[in-house]
Amino acid sequence: MTDTALRSASARRPGTPGRVLSTLIVVVLLGVLLVFFVLPVIWLLLAPSKTAAQIVNDSPLSFGSFSQIGKAWDHLTAFQNDALLTWLKNSAIYSGASLLLTLATSVPAGYALALTRFRGRKTLLMITLVTMIMPSATLVLPIFLELNEFHLIGTVWSIILPFSFYPFGVYLVYIYFATNLPRDILAAARIDGCSEWKLFTHIALPLARPVIALVAFFGFVGNWNNFFLPYLVLPNSNEFPIQVGLNQLLSSTPSFNPVAGAGLNITIPELALAIIIAILPVLVLFLFSQRALVSGMLAGATKE
Amino acid sequence: MTLLESRRVTAPARRRGVSRRRGGRAGYLFVAGYAVLLLAFGVFPTVYAFYLSLTNDRGQFTGVNQFVKVIQDYRFVPAFTDMLLYLVMWLVLLVVLTVLVAVVLRGRMRPGLSALFRFLFYLPGALAGVASVLVWLFMLDPDVSPVSWLLDSLGLNSFAAVLAPGNLPVILVLIAFWTGAGGWIVVMYGALNNIPDEVLEAAKMDGAGPWKTAWHIQIPMIRTWIAYMAILAFAAGTQLFVEPQLLQTASLGRVSPTWSPNQLAYVFAFQQGDFNGAAAVSVFLLAIGLIAAGLLVRRSDMFKVDET
Repeated sequence: MTDTALRSASARRPGTPGRVLSTLIVVVLLGVLLVFFVLPVIWLLLAPSKTAAQIVNDSPLSFGSFSQIGKAWDHLTAFQNDALLTWLKNSAIYSGASLLLTLATSVPAGYALALTRFRGRKTLLMITLVTMIMPSATLVLPIFLELNEFHLIGTVWSIILPFSFYPFGVYLVYIYFATNLPRDILAAARIDGCSEWKLFTHIALPLARPVIALVAFFGFVGNWNNFFLPYLVLPNSNEFPIQVGLNQLLSSTPSFNPVAGAGLNITIPELALAIIIAILPVLVLFLFSQRALVSGMLAGATKE
Repeated sequence: MTLLESRRVTAPARRRGVSRRRGGRAGYLFVAGYAVLLLAFGVFPTVYAFYLSLTNDRGQFTGVNQFVKVIQDYRFVPAFTDMLLYLVMWLVLLVVLTVLVAVVLRGRMRPGLSALFRFLFYLPGALAGVASVLVWLFMLDPDVSPVSWLLDSLGLNSFAAVLAPGNLPVILVLIAFWTGAGGWIVVMYGALNNIPDEVLEAAKMDGAGPWKTAWHIQIPMIRTWIAYMAILAFAAGTQLFVEPQLLQTASLGRVSPTWSPNQLAYVFAFQQGDFNGAAAVSVFLLAIGLIAAGLLVRRSDMFKVDET
């Protein structure tokens, strides 16, 4: 903990109780928060290696055995004949297809909002901002009512199409092009007779790789973790994405549902393993795209 | 509709010359796909929810009757007070701790160590949603929790005692903080990083210690960001659904199935088949979201639409 501000203060008042106290506060605060944020993750990663009895009786942070992870996996896949794999496949289809649609619509839209001028542009931008800031859950029940009216409930499109609507992605692309692509370049290319489509595909798109990655990351993670909409519109277990599947596993675990869970092999290690598998794609993305993430979260700040 | 009309209007403008046009007509083609999605899943559901909330199941206009009906429902006031209690606790904890931690991480340690802390705090964000609730069910079950001694010392020696309805706001705050605070710490840290070093140097010259600098210089300079965080967290907090829904499942019915307003709307739609009532509850939540968003867009220069 080398800190110039702290050192200069102590130079004037060496070893004052104030300084000791303030260091103590910092250490305790960070220590408590570190345990709070990290301990559940470590516990979760260790849980599948133990039997349910070991989890209750052994030290919480002990490792069981690799063979136990295999057993937990067998129990898990035995649940409703590989239901877990079906759910994962569904999640991949829903998140993947809507990601493609999101990119296909939001990148050109963000580009046009930033670099072309048309009537209604401001209105569109304003509505985009408002829907982007509104929590997405606000619209889920109204979207359900709408899909119900048009008899789309239970179809793949009732998930993919609403997932593809991603105003935050449009906003990110808009900010990116507005700050990184000078209009003069486009104007010059237009004078040279370049068509609007060519401007987009030959000049804008090659520059857009970082922001495409960013939109893809946030869009994919959001869709992968989405629970509310699929929970409302998908009635059958074989259509569930993994998040809704986890909910079903929870209600089949004896510790949380003694009645329905009786006789099933879904106990705490199996549930923990299912959680890890469910979040694995997102976790991998988190580990490998830290820098992109931070810049995305600060998109507004670096706008100038 | 306005898009189509304005398209006709801009056509003559093209004659002003190729370079002045700036791709006006092409602009419509570029935004077309997104505009369709925006209309279908942003504008239309909003309008439709308002329409449903003003009519009955035969489509007859009923004025504010649906709103009166849901407000008088015995579950309405508890759901909104639960939400309010949760929101107050969550926002106070979020604002105080994220700002404090960001200040500490910005000023009091080596950059590498600070980056490690930020990453570790941020990591649980990968478990947002169902996974986070399940993990916290384990953390709060005295039988398996790694901190069962802590639960015991609080007098919580069974899972049933932990999941008593009165504890729900605290549990939900814990979950929300675990998955969400790390991201905000990163944002606050970034905002603090934007403060020029000279400003901090000047404060030091004037004899301000690190806490004084934080309180009088750094925090006032990032207050737009703090307001931004508070408004977004407030709006998101009103939308609680998955967390109380899963806790309700795990509590074997001791927690009310209509703990949060979104759950109440869900029960209206799915258990009572009352879509108009569900829409009326949704409209309350939509209004809160719209007001929060409008406030941010109007009041903060972060979302200023460029004038060029």
